[in-house]
Amino acid sequence: MSEEQIKNPGTERSRSLEKQFEARIARDEKIEPKDWMPEKYRKTHIRQMSQHAHSEIVGMLPEGNWITRAPSLRRKVALLAKVQDEAGHGLYLYSATETLGISRDEMYEQLHTGKAKYSSIFNYPTVTWADMGAIGWLVDGAAIINQVPLCNTSYGPYARAMIRVCKEESFHQRQGYEIMMKLANGTPEQKEMAQDALNRWWWPSLMMLGPTDAESIHTEQSMKWKLKRKSNDDLRQQFIDQTVPQADLIGLTIPDPDLKWNEERQSYDFGDIDWDEFWQVVKGHGPMNKERMKARVGAWEEGEWVRDAAMAYADKKQERKEKQVV
Amino acid sequence: MQLQVQFNMKQELYKYILGIADNSLILGQRLGELTGHGPTLETDIACTNISLDLFGQVRSYFQYAAKIAGDGRTEDNIAMLRKEREYVNVLLVEQPNTNFAYTMARQFLFDVYHLAFLSELEKSKDLTLSAIAKKCIKEVRYHERFSSDWIKRLGDGTEESKAKMQEAINDLWTYTDELFHQTEADKAMVSEGIGVDVTKLKDAYYKQVNEVLEIATLKIPESKYFQKGGKKGIHTEHLGYLLAELQYMQRTYPNMEW
Amino acid sequence: MSKNWPLWEIFVRSKNGLEHRHFGSLHAADAEMALVNARDVYTRRNEGVSIWVVESKNIIASNPEHNGEMFEPAQDKVYRHPTFYDLPDEVKHM
Repeated sequence: MSEEQIKNPGTERSRSLEKQFEARIARDEKIEPKDWMPEKYRKTHIRQMSQHAHSEIVGMLPEGNWITRAPSLRRKVALLAKVQDEAGHGLYLYSATETLGISRDEMYEQLHTGKAKYSSIFNYPTVTWADMGAIGWLVDGAAIINQVPLCNTSYGPYARAMIRVCKEESFHQRQGYEIMMKLANGTPEQKEMAQDALNRWWWPSLMMLGPTDAESIHTEQSMKWKLKRKSNDDLRQQFIDQTVPQADLIGLTIPDPDLKWNEERQSYDFGDIDWDEFWQVVKGHGPMNKERMKARVGAWEEGEWVRDAAMAYADKKQERKEKQVV
Repeated sequence: MQLQVQFNMKQELYKYILGIADNSLILGQRLGELTGHGPTLETDIACTNISLDLFGQVRSYFQYAAKIAGDGRTEDNIAMLRKEREYVNVLLVEQPNTNFAYTMARQFLFDVYHLAFLSELEKSKDLTLSAIAKKCIKEVRYHERFSSDWIKRLGDGTEESKAKMQEAINDLWTYTDELFHQTEADKAMVSEGIGVDVTKLKDAYYKQVNEVLEIATLKIPESKYFQKGGKKGIHTEHLGYLLAELQYMQRTYPNMEW
Repeated sequence: MSKNWPLWEIFVRSKNGLEHRHFGSLHAADAEMALVNARDVYTRRNEGVSIWVVESKNIIASNPEHNGEMFEPAQDKVYRHPTFYDLPDEVKHM
């Protein structure tokens, strides 16, 4: 035994475990809940997965805002089903995160106190019906680009949850694009509504793919753990390249005067993103940050007596059952 | 003369369908307000499911009604472009989501009726209505199971939940009697073998409701005074605001497709 | 605030003839609620014909640290597999 090992056998053991662990991930093996994992892996996953779950739950609010005002019954059921899916996806993700030893209540606590973040895009208001189209098309479009690689991430429960999420989400972007298409092909007033929504949601959607690589702190480690397969900038480019032709197809204009096809790169060049705005919203000063939190905290607090009652009832029922047995 | 009779019949059938569908429409809309604000994620998802079931039913009924009207009107025209006095849902379903006890009490008091009603409508001579009823009945059986469970949970839960549930039941009780009032369209359709005689559902309804309330350790309200008017289009003040949201897009942007 | 709703594991049979498969988990106050929640959460798209719910704390799991003695001894018992046995080429299906 080396001197180091004699002095500190624990560290040596954990170092070798860590090496084995990294080797497993490199071999594309999945990590399961009870497996040994470095504390940092656990923490990073709790952070990213709960943030993802929070985004689904907070993401219900801007769209939920239009459920009662949907313009037709067909649109209403589609929107209801979509917002409900987001609740489902939040639930899958919270459950997957719970396998890492944190409860859903603790995660809520982190959300409600502002300790945990969620996707900033949901801090923008949905002011017209066309925003339902823009969110489905752009926000879900960007989300899918982020999410599909996660179906193959290293943590088993996360990967499985993401497979379900991606499968179910395939209709979300379509319903959004269909709304936009209908508006773009409708009356001048409708087309204007669609263009206005695109104007307002385009830049926040680009920001949604995360800060530029130069400023992104977690990327390298996340790549190794397959929490991320491509850099933020690559994902953003992919999103732009796939979305611009879709806008062209329905006759809407991307609100970026610098947007230009680059023959050499076989990609679109695009204008500067206002990162000041991004950080302002991240830090809690977006147009709807306060309202979104108020809605979440409100639902949770108003629900407390309901949750308590259900628990009390379950306990009583259990007691009665036990008494019968005796 | 024969034509005139047929025309009147068609009108009565049309009105009759609205009388059924408006209940689902308004209740579905109320539940839709809650999506994203439920006491737990699981409950949120469940309530949205009920809302989706109800809107699905509405669409079947209104598509049929539009066909009967045969004048180019659509399910959306019928759902969203009538005047307040032309909606004929019962007062019960338009009551607001005051808290989760109200939401569940409203659901339960309607579900028990709805299930009994559909079990009869299934026997209708009108094959379309009978087919719709057959499909809906499975959905509503689940609604009734869900809401009865919550009545028991909240009634026999904590002191606080019991008080809240009792208050909700007491307040909403006054709207239950109207469920069993017959309209002119009802009478016409009953005599044709198409409609359901709702007056016959009343005893079994209160028996079943009372049973659940007893299990839930709740008091059965004693009030003998009941509110009515919804079936004649005279609503509580709550409905106007609900319609303002429901109709907003169709009113603001008339004659457009979405 | 009192106790939180416990966690339940959800198993769904997607059609008769197939086994119940683990679909995920959710929170519910009691078994009845776990069943209806599972129906609303995990079978919205017609994914199931039967549901099992088990409170998570009642599941006994093997410890991955014992995977060596638990599972590795089975790795070299090749005689349990058909390919271990030699057959003349003439025998096509066996």
